[in-house]
Amino acid sequence: MATLTYRDALNQALREEMQRDPNVFLMGEEVGVYQGAYKVSRGLLEEFGPTRVVDTPIAELGFAGIGVGAAMAGLRPVIEFMTWNFAALALDQIVNSAAKILYESGGQIPVPIVFRGPNGAALQLAAQHSQAWDAWLAHIPGMKVVAPATPADAKGLLKSAIRDNNPVIVLEGEMLYNTKGEVPEGEHLVPIGKAEVKRPGRDVTFICHSKTLSVALKAAEQLAEHEGASAEVVDLRSLRPLDEAAILSSVANTHRAVVVEEGWPHSGIGAQVVDVIQRDAFDELDAPVLRVTQADVPMPYNKQLERLAKPSPERVVAAARRVLYLD
Amino acid sequence: MATATVRSTDASVQTELERRMLRQMLLIRRFEEKAAEGYALGKIGGFCHLYIGQEAVAVGSLAALRDDDYVISSYREHGQALARGMSANVVMAELYGKATGCSRGKGGSMHLFDVARRFMGGHAIVGGHVPLAAGIGFAIRYRGGSQVCLCYFGEAAVNIGAFHESLNMASVYKLPVIFCCENNRYGMGTAFERVAAVTDVVEHACSYDMAAEVVNGMEALAVYEATRRAVARARESSHPTLLEVRTYRYMGHSMSDPLHGVYRTKEEVEEQRKRDPISQLAAKLKDDGALDDAGFEALDADVRAEVEESARFADASPDPEPGELMTDVLAD
Amino acid sequence: MEALSPTMEEGRVVKWHKHEGDAVKTGEVLAEVETDKAVMDLVARADGVLRRVAAAEGQTVAVGSVVAVIAAPGEGAGAGSEVAAGGALEGRASGVTSAKVAPSAGRDAAGTAGDGAPVTGVRTPVATAVAAPVPPSTAEAGGQSRVKASPLARRIARDSGVDLKLVAGSGPGGRVVRRDLEGAARAPAQGSPAPPGTVAAVPSAPSAPGRPPEPVRPGAPYEDVSLTQIRKTIAKRLAMSLGPIPHFFLTTEVDMERAAEAREALNHELGEHGKVSFNDIILKATALALRKHRACNAWFQDDHIRYWNEVHLGMAVAVEDGLITPVLRNADLKSLTELGREAKELADRARSRRLQPTEYTGATFSVSNLGMFDIDEFTAVINPPEAGIIAVGSIGVRPTVVEGVLVPRRRMRITMSCDHRVIDGATGAVFLKTLKQMLENPLAMLA
Repeated sequence: MATLTYRDALNQALREEMQRDPNVFLMGEEVGVYQGAYKVSRGLLEEFGPTRVVDTPIAELGFAGIGVGAAMAGLRPVIEFMTWNFAALALDQIVNSAAKILYESGGQIPVPIVFRGPNGAALQLAAQHSQAWDAWLAHIPGMKVVAPATPADAKGLLKSAIRDNNPVIVLEGEMLYNTKGEVPEGEHLVPIGKAEVKRPGRDVTFICHSKTLSVALKAAEQLAEHEGASAEVVDLRSLRPLDEAAILSSVANTHRAVVVEEGWPHSGIGAQVVDVIQRDAFDELDAPVLRVTQADVPMPYNKQLERLAKPSPERVVAAARRVLYLD
Repeated sequence: MATATVRSTDASVQTELERRMLRQMLLIRRFEEKAAEGYALGKIGGFCHLYIGQEAVAVGSLAALRDDDYVISSYREHGQALARGMSANVVMAELYGKATGCSRGKGGSMHLFDVARRFMGGHAIVGGHVPLAAGIGFAIRYRGGSQVCLCYFGEAAVNIGAFHESLNMASVYKLPVIFCCENNRYGMGTAFERVAAVTDVVEHACSYDMAAEVVNGMEALAVYEATRRAVARARESSHPTLLEVRTYRYMGHSMSDPLHGVYRTKEEVEEQRKRDPISQLAAKLKDDGALDDAGFEALDADVRAEVEESARFADASPDPEPGELMTDVLAD
Repeated sequence: MEALSPTMEEGRVVKWHKHEGDAVKTGEVLAEVETDKAVMDLVARADGVLRRVAAAEGQTVAVGSVVAVIAAPGEGAGAGSEVAAGGALEGRASGVTSAKVAPSAGRDAAGTAGDGAPVTGVRTPVATAVAAPVPPSTAEAGGQSRVKASPLARRIARDSGVDLKLVAGSGPGGRVVRRDLEGAARAPAQGSPAPPGTVAAVPSAPSAPGRPPEPVRPGAPYEDVSLTQIRKTIAKRLAMSLGPIPHFFLTTEVDMERAAEAREALNHELGEHGKVSFNDIILKATALALRKHRACNAWFQDDHIRYWNEVHLGMAVAVEDGLITPVLRNADLKSLTELGREAKELADRARSRRLQPTEYTGATFSVSNLGMFDIDEFTAVINPPEAGIIAVGSIGVRPTVVEGVLVPRRRMRITMSCDHRVIDGATGAVFLKTLKQMLENPLAMLA
């Protein structure tokens, strides 16, 4: 198995799917001539030409809508947002068009489209460029939402997303693009809606996705080292559909859980996960489920404040200590 | 700007087209009157935007399309759906929210769909479907097809960003799209000139280096001819066109709005009724000796029967099964 | 007439302690009533004046009918103003309520204030001195104070029959969490020591006031095990053949020489401080054998078998016109002398019919001894829901072959009656073997 960056794993997925299906095309700002703002589309223009690798004006609403229209007419567009922060402008097309047309047409017109791009905060980009869209997007019926944390999952989930007959949101991460990992070559598909235990454990479950996987894994190491407690780390991978069975199965073993996410606390992904746990694993719980989220503020620019705002392994360990009654 | 001229050299073919357009306009008029009645009786719920007064736009423009072309519209789309050939039965049943409706009762008045006729829906966010039209045009060009996409929207959508983004990209990418602005002069209760710096919609085409035309929307033939020119431009050279079709709605914005009052006078509505597209075309056919009063009455009776039948059909149709609630959320 | 025992349908007024015109206070004894099991106190459920006595001494009155009327001072005994003592409990407002009711009825009792004010009757069978006569089970204890516990701890407690009220929680605000139950929920047989900080769940066998607290042991009082299919079939088929309880009987003869020697030595040692009887030794050995053989320390419960982790030994006592089995609670944990004292005291009170219902309910196994009547051997009838009883015959000198030589030995026969739905032949036999070994070698009891 080759070791690839997350960026190259995505590039490989795009290349393979474009080779496989002539209906697949990539559209977005700087995806062609510039080779991608984060170089995810490097080399694709050369290989597939300007009809299939389409540079757009800075007009998120417009090109998101063009993608939806093209999908209604049978193509399989991959729409890249330079970051999801800009996708707020395109939300009408995502929510009102992509997610609803199948239903309001009584099942006549599917919309097989992928919206992808980096999500959430990077470093010191301040409030408007540091927003996690997970909860906003996962709220909407009629779409799927995936958030790969590793290069292998990035490839496998993007390929599955492109082949899906529904709108699929792929949440990537600027801070993830350079991370490396082993990636299976060729036909590597990760099913949408399946979580994965990234580290087995006995005493507490950490539920995470995307960038918070590394936070949770670090916290698990610290917990093992300092407290002798073993944390199971469940990577959701998909936010909609949510792999409730995987969550419940882990909590049934550990009887306590901490949910870690990049977004804000109010009405977040973690709130949904907690709902699942309290509803279907009530009798398994030995402690309230705690959440570690971004601070409930717009992201500050200052480096120290930004660090405080983000979920950290220390905050996860602190939450774990509380649910383990170690405090 | 070009004006409408009849180019058909075959008079009988031309007459046949005119008779067909007259019948379609009458069908839409009677259908909408029946829909108003159904709304008043509580058989139709939600929002219901009628097309009375604007019949010539849908009928004239759709007469210029092929069956494999695409059509997409806003929430005032009953007329276009009927003119595209969808039966009065399935459209009325959809208004009634019935399982036999064209969207199986899940869309309603604002979301009529018929994928077989490439009628890609009524869409209810003002201007929201204009980018979709560009996307359909993009798919046509991507595949190297010769179809066009005809997109209807009201003049109020011109103030929306999506309109401008779409026109820009349609021009940049050379997409075979006809942007048909039905300028009925009022966005709900606001006169266009009160909220638009440029009141001639057609002028926006200049910003996007796009072909454009102003059309008399009360004359079906004029709309037909202008659309034919736009369609040819799209098919032959994949150039988009902006049509500003000047029309008038006799009814309120929707069934819950007044016909006139604070934003326009009764006199104005009465004055516009004198330009009624149905009367005009009927008069022309009579002048040409192709129709007499009895013939018109017979046509009207025929259309009324079709509309009555659609109401009966809708009434008798079942509601969607409760199980339908959860279907069609995701495709397999 | 109040229901003063779980099975009482009528009561005979033995003696009135109060008379018409006497002032009475809530809780005061009005009369003694003989039930099917014992003579009980009938207490006042309201303050006032005993206006009318409706049942003469010696008269038998059905449960639920009026035996007396208490009224506010100056009030008549007419309808509307009357407060009946021990009066009709069925639905009507009767003014009868309990001053000494079980905790679960406490809320109703709190409303009892008024001079003649009608208050709702309480149907809970009420004993005068102790809580409701329920088996020493704790799981269903009514909660007047909410216990804070994690859902998991609640589930574990429910499954293993631990009373969360008796567990000290180590979580925030005293929340009972799993670790607090780790020792308590484990069956004692597994023998794991409770982790540090653990407060074991205490079986809440009701204890009469004035008694020393009963020994504490970790673990749930019992474990419910679902009937397997074969067990269900056995239960059904055997019940068809032998009446409601399919009995079978096992008899063994026990050499009592060493038990007799031990008894003599002990009694010599005790001198004036007490006396150990053969019956005490048999009770103690039976209790210890039951601890080793939980399979015989069980209740048949229709759709499941309840295996008790505590040993509560019923002891059949002949009374003037019948039989009653007072219960020696946690008999396996008590010393011989303690057991002897308690057995004697219970037997005395049984004969004078002064037992409280809690003192004759909740046994997990019973012993019936007719040795003093010179009965060689007999079979005893099981006291449901218990699954077994042993019948103890007289100790007599019999010729016995010991190491090939015929010698006279003090011998005794024990016959065990088993409920075949619970106990199979071999199960009963191994229990009996243990019991025999303990009696033949009393030192084994220390093991």
